[in-house]
Formats: sequence, C-alpha cells, structure tokens
Amino acid sequence: MLKELIDGIFWDIALIVFLAGIVWNLLAVFTRGIKKDLAVPRGSGLVGAVMTNVRRFYPHHEIAPRIRFQVVSGYLFHVGLLVLLFFARPHVEFVKDISGVGWTPVPDWIFNLAYEIAFAGLLLLLLYRLLSPVTRLISRTDSYVGSILVLLVMFSGCLAMLESFEGLRLFHRFMVELLMIYFPFSSLMHAFLFIPSRGYSGAMFGRRGVDI
Amino acid sequence: MSTALERGVETLKGQIDGRVMSYFSSCVSCGICAEACLFYTETGDPRYTPIYKTEPLRKVWRQNYTFWGKLTRSLGLSKPMTEADLADWEVLVYDGCTMCGRCTMVCPVGIDIAYLIRKVKEGMAAAGFVPDDLLKAGERALEFGSPMGLTAKSLRSAVTAQEKEIGMTIPVDVEGAEYLCMLSANEVVAFSEYIGSLAKIFAAAGISWTLSSEYFEATNTGIQIGDSGIAAELIGRAVAVAEKLKVKTLISPECGHAYTTIRWDAPNILGRPLPFKVMQIMEVLDQLRAEGKLKTTGSFNERLTYHDPCNISRRGGVLKQPRDLLNLVAPNFVEMRDHGSMNWCCGGGGGVSSNERADPLRLKVFDVKKRQLDELDVTTMVTACSNCRNMLDDGLEANDMDIEVIGITELVASHLAER
Repeated sequence: MLKELIDGIFWDIALIVFLAGIVWNLLAVFTRGIKKDLAVPRGSGLVGAVMTNVRRFYPHHEIAPRIRFQVVSGYLFHVGLLVLLFFARPHVEFVKDISGVGWTPVPDWIFNLAYEIAFAGLLLLLLYRLLSPVTRLISRTDSYVGSILVLLVMFSGCLAMLESFEGLRLFHRFMVELLMIYFPFSSLMHAFLFIPSRGYSGAMFGRRGVDI
Repeated sequence: MSTALERGVETLKGQIDGRVMSYFSSCVSCGICAEACLFYTETGDPRYTPIYKTEPLRKVWRQNYTFWGKLTRSLGLSKPMTEADLADWEVLVYDGCTMCGRCTMVCPVGIDIAYLIRKVKEGMAAAGFVPDDLLKAGERALEFGSPMGLTAKSLRSAVTAQEKEIGMTIPVDVEGAEYLCMLSANEVVAFSEYIGSLAKIFAAAGISWTLSSEYFEATNTGIQIGDSGIAAELIGRAVAVAEKLKVKTLISPECGHAYTTIRWDAPNILGRPLPFKVMQIMEVLDQLRAEGKLKTTGSFNERLTYHDPCNISRRGGVLKQPRDLLNLVAPNFVEMRDHGSMNWCCGGGGGVSSNERADPLRLKVFDVKKRQLDELDVTTMVTACSNCRNMLDDGLEANDMDIEVIGITELVASHLAER
C-alpha cells in the first residue's frame, strides 16, 4: 500500500507542486517586472546580464582569500550533487523509464566519489552556518530545513544504492517527494532564480559600462 | 500600528519590483557579502552584514509575497514590523552603510544589495526614521538649494576669490554655453580651487562653459535620506537650470553620489530622458586629452595613489579615465591593491559623513584604508570626490598619517601647458 502511494499519487502530487511552483515563482518575478531604465546607456545590458551570470561562478581575486572556505565547500557540494542527480545509474534508468530518453550513467566508483564530496561539502557548509557569527545571525529556519532535507535525500539515496532493497528505495523516493514539495517555497529556488538575480544586476552594470 | 509605521511599511511594499523579488528569493544567507563590507570587516559586528541591513524590506517581502510568509501572517504567527525594528535598523542603514556596493560585487547570486539599501531607506524615511543631521541637511537643501545652506551669494564669493587667484573671469549664468558645471557644497566652501582649475582647463581647451548661480548643487540629500520626493525636487531644479541655460552637457563635479544621481538615476526619478548629455568631470577631461585639447607640462613626481570614489567608479563606470589623466602628470602613480571596481570605500559616503552620530564608526572603518596606504608608502592621495576627500583627511588626521589629499582636477590644472 505504501509502495503504491509513494510510487503513485505522492509522486504525481510532488511533481505537480514542484513544476507548478517553479513556474509560479518565475512568473511572479517576471510579471512584477522592473521599470525601464531611461538613462542613456554606456554599454549593453544584455551582454552585462549574460556575462555576470558567467562571471559570478568564480569570485573576484580581491575577495577570494576571505571566502575560500565557503566557495570550495559550495562547489564540492554542488558539483557532487549534479553528478548524483543526473548521472547516478538509478536516476538515469528512472528518467529512461518515464521518458524514453537515456544517457550513460557514471560508474559506481564515480558515484561513490560524487556522493562523498557532495556530502562533505554540505556538512562543511552546515558547520560554517552554525559556527560563523554572520551566518548564525542571517540564517533562517528555511536555511536549515532545506539543507537537512537535501542531506536526507542524499543519504537515503546512497544507502538505497549500496544496499539496494525496496524499503530503502521507497524511503529515498519519499524524501525526494518531500523535497520537491518544499522546494518552490524555499530558498532552494535559488537554483533557478540565481539567473534573473545575476542577470538584473549584470544588466544594470552593463549599461553603466562596469563588468561585475 | 502607528500611522508613520504604516506609511513606512506601505512604502516598503511599493519598493518591491521583480529585481527585489529575484534577489530575496535567491539569497541563501551565505554571508559572503559581509567579507566585502568595511563596516563588518573593521568592526567584526555581524549586524553590519550587508544583506542583514536589508531586513526591513525582506520582512515585508516575505510576509506579503511568499507562501510561508502569507500563511504565517494569516494565521497570526508572524511578527509584524515594529517601530523598535526600524529604530534598530536606522543605525545599521544610515550609520553603517554608504551604499558603496562592494557587497554587490561579491554576492554569488548577484544581489545588488546597495540597490536594496536605497529602497530600505525609502521606507525608513516614510516612517520617520532618519538621522536628524540628514533631515536638517535635506531641509536646507530644499530651502536654500544646498545641504550646507549655501546661496548664490556664497557661490559668488568663492568665484570672486578664485578669479583673483587665477587672474581669469569665471563664467556664471551664460546662456548657450556648451557645458554647465555643477558643484558640490564642499567645493564652494572647502575646495574652491576646483572652480579655478575648471576655468584654467577650459580656457586652455577653448571650450565654453558656465556655472549657475540659480542652482549649482550637484549633491542630492534626497538620495542620502531615501526620500524620492526630495530627490526629484532637487534633480528637477538642476535639470531646469540646465534647460534654461540651453547647455549641451551638464558636468557632474568631484562627488560620487552626485554622479550616479544625475547620470544614472535622474531620468528614472523624473520619468523622462534628460535633454542634455551628462558627464563626470573626469570623462570631460579625458575626452579633452584624447582630442589633444588638454596639454600638460611637467609632472608631479611624488609617489601617489588614487582613491576610487565608489559611486563614480564601481557604480558609475568611470574607471579608466582617472588613470589616463594620472598617467599624463604622475609618473610615480601606484595603485592600491584593491582598486577600481573593487576599491574599498572611504567610509563617509551616502550621507554617513553628514551624520555626526556615525563619526566614531566611520573613523573606525577607515582602518582598511589605512592598511592600504601603509602597504604603498605614498606621500599623496588623489581622489575625485570632495566628500571622500573630507573623509580621507579626517581619517588620516585621526591616524597621524602624513599624506596629502588632492583633487584630480586640481592636479591636472596645476600642470597645464602654457597656451
């Protein structure tokens, strides 16, 4: 019964909420809009928007030494997570089952490596959040809930992969469904909204002729 | 909720556009912005974390535009904004932020935090939480046309003194001149050699220009307070004078926020494009240099560096021109390690130096500039903002540092070739 719920209606609800929530968030930002900039531009806003999206993947060298811990941990987590999400064998098979589209998954040793660096990155970030006076002050409930949910998803996924029995697979899927429902209503939306966020700033500075 | 508080909250709601929504939705509270802010790095106080300073606006966004915020508000579970909140944030926003935008340069998701601070100030001003010194400066700006209460008489005094100094007539209220030069109050009372320098340079270059006695103030206390009404009124006066004198170009003087206001904000505050060009004085001087109309002789051989005014360089886009000009006359020009668009703020901009309550804090955060200068071992610092100049002088004096601060226009003018 639980299997039918988790593989069935819960998945459908989670998917609808996830996709509708992302679209709703993006529409909310773009329909709210911004006023047209009437100042005579010095450069291109479009180029600024695109280039800032690219440039913000690496920090300015002036600030890099001060934020090395956050940047390295952040990349460990995000790169590891991307490998797990898109190239773990069960995920590739899952997508092929529902869509017919498949690609080559990573071998198990890469899966293990990706899991370890993603887990290490997330734990380091959580540790930093708990220990730094700055992040302790500015973090909110959402900052911790999102991180813990992702941690549970990754942990349960790794266990399911290693032990490979149905109960663990269902637990992992259920954690994923909870995350998908939580996602659009949380700061996890930065996964999509970082693009317009960087873009708006990049466009403004691009018009002023400043590379940011 | 009191009427004033309600007004503040409604004003904050009105500030929320697509940019604000994308910013707050993307923020993951990483705290990286703190590492770029001199108010945090020099005090160690996490309350000066830039994104934390935007909390009043973020709270209004969350409670009105997010699922959890609206849900908790409807269930009576969220804390409404209080006057105590705004009183706390008044110090953070007005004493502990110059809107320099260095934080904007480092945010991994690209949040323009200085843009958010500008919007927070609108709400603070509407609710009546603005430092008294700034409010009084605003009142003087509206009554006299200058935050220091200067009048046309003050300008004429400074002009007369400079005319005697340089032996030239300085044009005032000349209709049809190509350029109208605005001034900051500081340049009239403390650095009037700027006016004489303009006269010498423009005479040598053979271009027509004028000052205006009707309205000469380029700074905008409305922007510093966060009151768009005052900002629009002051900008309107500057634009009206430029239109009346039928100039082709308005020159923004050596003042950071004056430049971003008149060049980048004015058309949007007034709701129409400006009928004339706007250039910062260094853009004009560099253009004259490129056209061969600015000829210099000799050089300033002291080891010197350049302090980038944040709102001219990072947020204004005038980065290359000061360097081209300095390379004309200063063979021993050396850059500070963090310069250009990643410079460190002087700590006095955006109204902070007009706010006496912030004096101990701004002198404390000058430590970062002190370290930059100690590394370079210079005798002179050049800048292009009279407010930075005052702040730098204050900081150097407080730290017993023997470094002279001069304006770039004055430096160039003192090396003009004979015609």
